[in-house]
Amino acid sequence: MSAPTTDSASRKARRDAVYAPARNWGPGFIIKLVIMALIDAIGVYGIYSAWTVRSMPIVIVMIVLVIVANVVYFARRAIPAKYILPGLIFLFIFQVFVMLYTAYVAFTNYGQGHMIDKDDAIEQMESYNSQLDPSGATSTLTLLAKGDDVYFAVVIDGVAQVGTTGEALHRVEGAQVSGDAVASAPGYTVMTTGDIIAHQREITSMRVPVSPDSADGTLGTSNGTTASLYRPTLVYDEATDTLTDTQTGTVYTDDGRGSFRSADGGKPANDVGWRTGVGVANFARLFTDSAVARPFAEVLLWTIAFAFLSVATTFLLGLALALVFNSPRLRGQKFYRVLLILPYAFPGFMSALLWRAMLNTQFGVVNQTLLGGADIMWLQDPWLAKLSVIFVNLWLGYPYMFLVCTGALQAIPSDMMESARVDGASPWRQFRSITLPLLFIAVAPLLISSFAFNFNNFNLIFMLTGGGPTHGTDMTKPGGTDILISMVYRVAGVDNGNPDYGLATALSIVIFILVGAIAAFSFRQTRKLEEMA
Amino acid sequence: MMKSRVFVILGAFGLVAALAGCSGTAGPSSADSVPADETTDGSSIASDDAQVSDTGDAAASTCTEEIGTLEMWVDDSRVAALAGAVAAFKDEQCVTVNLVRKNFDDLRADFLSQVAAGEGPDITIGANDWLGEFKANGVIAPIDISAVSSELTPAAVHAYTSEGQTYGVPYAMENIGLVRNNALVSETNATTFDELIAEAKAVGTDYTILVQVGDKGDAFHMYPIQSSFGAPIFETDPGGDYTSTLGMAGDGGHAFAEYIAKLGSQGVLSVDINDSVAKDQFKAGKAPYIITGPWNTSGDESFLDAGMDITVLPIPSAGGQSAAPFLGVQGFYLSAKSENTLLAQMFLVDYLTRADVQLDLFKAGGRRPASEEAQADPVIANDPIMAGFAAAAADAQVQPGIPAMNQVWVPLGQEQADLISGKASDPAGTWDEMITNIADAIAKSAQ
Repeated sequence: MSAPTTDSASRKARRDAVYAPARNWGPGFIIKLVIMALIDAIGVYGIYSAWTVRSMPIVIVMIVLVIVANVVYFARRAIPAKYILPGLIFLFIFQVFVMLYTAYVAFTNYGQGHMIDKDDAIEQMESYNSQLDPSGATSTLTLLAKGDDVYFAVVIDGVAQVGTTGEALHRVEGAQVSGDAVASAPGYTVMTTGDIIAHQREITSMRVPVSPDSADGTLGTSNGTTASLYRPTLVYDEATDTLTDTQTGTVYTDDGRGSFRSADGGKPANDVGWRTGVGVANFARLFTDSAVARPFAEVLLWTIAFAFLSVATTFLLGLALALVFNSPRLRGQKFYRVLLILPYAFPGFMSALLWRAMLNTQFGVVNQTLLGGADIMWLQDPWLAKLSVIFVNLWLGYPYMFLVCTGALQAIPSDMMESARVDGASPWRQFRSITLPLLFIAVAPLLISSFAFNFNNFNLIFMLTGGGPTHGTDMTKPGGTDILISMVYRVAGVDNGNPDYGLATALSIVIFILVGAIAAFSFRQTRKLEEMA
Repeated sequence: MMKSRVFVILGAFGLVAALAGCSGTAGPSSADSVPADETTDGSSIASDDAQVSDTGDAAASTCTEEIGTLEMWVDDSRVAALAGAVAAFKDEQCVTVNLVRKNFDDLRADFLSQVAAGEGPDITIGANDWLGEFKANGVIAPIDISAVSSELTPAAVHAYTSEGQTYGVPYAMENIGLVRNNALVSETNATTFDELIAEAKAVGTDYTILVQVGDKGDAFHMYPIQSSFGAPIFETDPGGDYTSTLGMAGDGGHAFAEYIAKLGSQGVLSVDINDSVAKDQFKAGKAPYIITGPWNTSGDESFLDAGMDITVLPIPSAGGQSAAPFLGVQGFYLSAKSENTLLAQMFLVDYLTRADVQLDLFKAGGRRPASEEAQADPVIANDPIMAGFAAAAADAQVQPGIPAMNQVWVPLGQEQADLISGKASDPAGTWDEMITNIADAIAKSAQ
């Protein structure tokens, strides 16, 4: 290191040398230029495609990202940002965005029957409640255009009549009729096939009143060449935001929770709900809805027990094996280690499915072969099922703990053990006073993360027992092995095709807070461990 | 220096990926989109129209100017079968139909979520029991099929009708029946289910009549036994539509519950027999009878594929009334968000109901066509397996497509499993509990 110089010019020169690739025309800069050009091209393309589908949030986010990327990589300063920007972007897309979206859904009624927006829901309800007249009356249809509007033209009683949505059929003077169809009408142009195709959605959704009296019904078409008589029974009034049943006169108003309801709480025929914000209603159900509140406490206990026992059993077995296989006297150490790690290499959900088959009462390998034709209901009895879940999780999880403990054991300095031996400590004393404390410092955070993982180990529970055995047919009661996350899956109706995603996300957020609190508490405890050591 | 440059390059790649990932959310679905022309193998199809002969050769098309494009979701097994209709539509109307391959199990949920988000295809293939859910979420549009409904089996049309409107175009029907292994027993004289069990026992195999149950039960395969006790899941209104009022409460339900509990204790039914066990044991000749559908009799890895000699029979009654299986009807739905409503309805109503198209689909899926003209075709009329399933469907009831059915499958299956395993020791009592639980769940979901 040379002596510090006060000459500012030479300092600048040195800084330029350090930051050279930021702007100077070296090979590094050219590579960067090419890559940035590529990124900008992709970015502009992305902005363009998002713009064409009018997805404004994506357009804005992409513009910001492209600008930030260019600023960061072409600025002289912002060296740390150059390193962390890609990571931040991934974090934003795959973590922050997902979390924000989950939180957003938790405050809505998104779920079965509430998936589309209000305008669409009204349009669908009107269409579902507009039936073909039983007489099957049809007439030949000619589609006309005036300005931007599409008109239906039909011949009724030998007279050409024209109308459109909101404008009842009326006679047009001077229209040419050929056969049973209108050939032309003054002031209107007959639409060509191309025009019709370009306006097809508008045409099929049109309902043209037959006369000013709405009881006469409306004309609609599904093929563009014949008009059929429809009888709408539900009509939306935009001014009052109400739906009216034209047969019974019942008026339905927006109930603020994504449905139209009459004064007595009934819903219109062929009801379609919409997606809307419901405030904290989903969270409140944790206290007000007995189907959610009652099982929550019970399942919480088992969830904690399951997560704790899973960590404890896998850790103890993993540690025991690590100690055994850490012995330098053991031959074929590597071979055994590879064998032990094998369960870790299989996908967890595959193993769970495999175990489910192996634990089948009548055909499973466990009962048939290992226990000589025993008849043990491993997955049907609530307590045996709990035992099975923990056992299978032990089988799945101990290789990880073995791996971690082996690494931690090898990091313990051998001179410490040696001096303990010299001081005459027994092997048990060595293990208890030196190995274990040092091991814990290394593995405690991993044990905590393993606890948090098992707290939400949906895969295992779902694939092995499905949360069962169930309490008979009451689907609102949790099953014998249901942990919180699988209970939410059941209670929110996701597993029986009646999903309430708003409730499901709200409850998952509660679970997240619980796990977060437990983890934070545990980390604080491990800090004490380090101080002790 | 070197290191930082590498990081910058890596970072830039990360950014490229991130931006690509971001723009991808606005792009088309991730499904494997294949233009119809590429999915065909060029084989000629039977057709009334002479001009439709070569489905694989786009150059043979008489169409000069394309007037529109449709997107349609189909599962793997039926892509090739639809190529004929797609080619005919292209030739005659100059409209290209892009068939998008999907996994059948993904169709329902993906159609629901994508159409609700304003995306998705114009048309999807599907089953009639999806109707209620699709309608309750406003993702399908009504289709006027009055022009062709007289050419289709009335039950198939009825399966796609709700509150007086049709919401789909049916193309094929399927139901379960009693399948006999002729190598074990060649004659069935039984008129009741008990007599059938006695006859099957006399054969001396490990099992008598295989019915898939599994530890969660299987209400679909158990339904012929249930219906023979006069315990339909839902009551019907005078027009024949299902209401959300349960029809299986009371004496009929109790008798059914006690009957399957008895069969469970006798070992005729078992929760350890799930779909794959039932199929494998029947294939291995361990039972003279199995209650199953056409998906296990023909096609890959089926009984016929394994060289078995089988006969399909109606299921004998267990409770005195006719043992009616569910009739499942496959068909096509039109998206409520389709911008191509005229072209889509033209394709659905005028092309997909044609007898030749339905015959092609029959060859691909082994399901009875909804078109009555196609049913009369020698290929189907002379097929003993098809005739057997059709006979088994004589009194079949359309599989309910109302949203309330979603609240029924799981508890009803569980109750049956518990009765069969003996876990539910008081059949009538637990049956009543189940009725209360289901009725509560239906009432709650309708709020």
